[in-house]
Amino acid sequence: MRHRLTKKSGNFSEWLIQKLLLLAGISSMLIMALIFVFLFKEAVRFFFTANPFDLIGKWVYDDWEGHYVFKMMWQSISEVPKYSLIPLICGSLLVAFPATVIAGVLGLGCAIYLSELAPSKVREILKPTLELLAGIPSVVIGFVMLAFIATFIQNTFHTKFRLNAFVGACGVALAVLPIMITIAEDAMRAVPKDLRDASYALGATKWQTVWGTVVPAAVSGISAAIILGFGRALGETMIVLMATGNAALVTGNIFSSVRTMTANIAAELGSVAQGSEHYYALFLVGAVLFTFTFVLNLVSEIVLNKMRQKLRM
Amino acid sequence: MLIAEENQGIGEKTNMGTRTLAGGVLSDREDVTRNPIKIFTRELDMYYGAVRALQGITAEIKERAVTALIGPSGCGKSTFLRTLNRMNDTIPGARIEGTVMIDGVNIYGADVNVAALRRMVGMVFQKQNPFPKSIFDNVAYGPRLHGITDKAVLEHMVEESLKKSAIWDEVKDRLDTSAMQLSGGQQQRLCIARVLAVGPEIILMDEPASALDPLSTAKIEELIHQLRKNYTIVIVTHNMQQAARVSDFTAYFYMGSLVEFGETKTIFTNPTKKETEDYITGRFG
Repeated sequence: MRHRLTKKSGNFSEWLIQKLLLLAGISSMLIMALIFVFLFKEAVRFFFTANPFDLIGKWVYDDWEGHYVFKMMWQSISEVPKYSLIPLICGSLLVAFPATVIAGVLGLGCAIYLSELAPSKVREILKPTLELLAGIPSVVIGFVMLAFIATFIQNTFHTKFRLNAFVGACGVALAVLPIMITIAEDAMRAVPKDLRDASYALGATKWQTVWGTVVPAAVSGISAAIILGFGRALGETMIVLMATGNAALVTGNIFSSVRTMTANIAAELGSVAQGSEHYYALFLVGAVLFTFTFVLNLVSEIVLNKMRQKLRM
Repeated sequence: MLIAEENQGIGEKTNMGTRTLAGGVLSDREDVTRNPIKIFTRELDMYYGAVRALQGITAEIKERAVTALIGPSGCGKSTFLRTLNRMNDTIPGARIEGTVMIDGVNIYGADVNVAALRRMVGMVFQKQNPFPKSIFDNVAYGPRLHGITDKAVLEHMVEESLKKSAIWDEVKDRLDTSAMQLSGGQQQRLCIARVLAVGPEIILMDEPASALDPLSTAKIEELIHQLRKNYTIVIVTHNMQQAARVSDFTAYFYMGSLVEFGETKTIFTNPTKKETEDYITGRFG
């Protein structure tokens, strides 16, 4: 018999649990990698049949004008299908940018209030309420936007189209607000008490301390919150599908109807013939979207790491 | 008998200074006992919620002198220090009774401007806490708070403050680099410069050298010796020798009470209370 000190520690169940957890960890990574591979594999096949230049626009003979014109359009089911990504990217940005601005201003204000000013009782109520907001299904936000807010916005701003980029942006702002508040607030709470004390001891008021010390020290975390929020806003689908009007236009007018990359995929992929040019074009849109959000997430992660290093004294 | 032998020569003048109970010698320095009173506390009680952290502290702190607060951990010396610039205000549940007078004004009075008070009573913390900003911006932080925006004026103030805190020569060529790149001792002197830049009359120091190596500690002590000529300094320290070296007056705190308060020379050579002697000689604490 072996001595109790040389006996191997652990037993079979210990070993099994460890391996299962390892499997869970690996499989989530594996699924991510497979999605990535699948998406890009299908997207690349677009180039087997189409000209890469089609992604920007196409020279099309215009019967009305009587000559060829360069058209940047997404018209996937027309006699001459057009797969320009320009109107879709334009639509996505026209929704995601204003949404990030709205959510950024509201979210930063809310985060400052929560982390620096709110009495603990108010915080105890406000924080879970905000987390509930994150739990609202996006289809519900989209529905409210479509049915009520759109009319209100049209009456207020006298817009030509009832459903437009701004309505979508307001809805998306609501959807990304909770994550932005959470990250920005975490960043501000991570600023050491030492720094606040130093500021107060120099005769700073509460607001001077928040604005002069806490926010600058947490600026990377706040930037990360904004970048991540922008990524989420780009990826948001249901709200924009319902509230933006879905006209694939190249425009800079925020009150114009637009079609985003996400809404485009959601609207068309269900009815497309598998293996067709159109099918691959939609995957290409997906790949572009994926690249956008992947880069944004990566940048926000790097920025957050920088901040953690900076605050480590 | 043994103790008496050990203590032989205590209080005696040597050619270097006066020998103390804690070992080492007190350097001879000019007499500050006739200086006017800067801070006066009467029957000062301090509560954290229901816990009474200070009990009836009555003390007089002299102007342009160094007063050391000593005592075992948790005895209330840091708490007392922080009542002098109302830093305890930031702690929820902290409450105070009694009076703290600075220049004859009760700083807990209803009409006191806390920001102005803290400008007058600066504070250096135990752990050096520079802002994650440039060296220049660290020192300019205080003046900027109080409305100074003129670049030339700020530059002058920064230079003066850094010179007074004996760090100018080390950083003058890199004022725009991050303060986080400085060594611990340099950071602490930078924090002192940051305090000096707002033009205080009193400087509170909460164990300013406890996180520093001996060489940096020596520099801080030398700096305290310099600043003493123009500022009223109150310093909390765990280091008996340090208290003996840097201070003119010493207050011994125990369990939230002020046990003994007097000239450092007296406290360290001939304390009136048995507890003080026990603590100073290291038999307790």
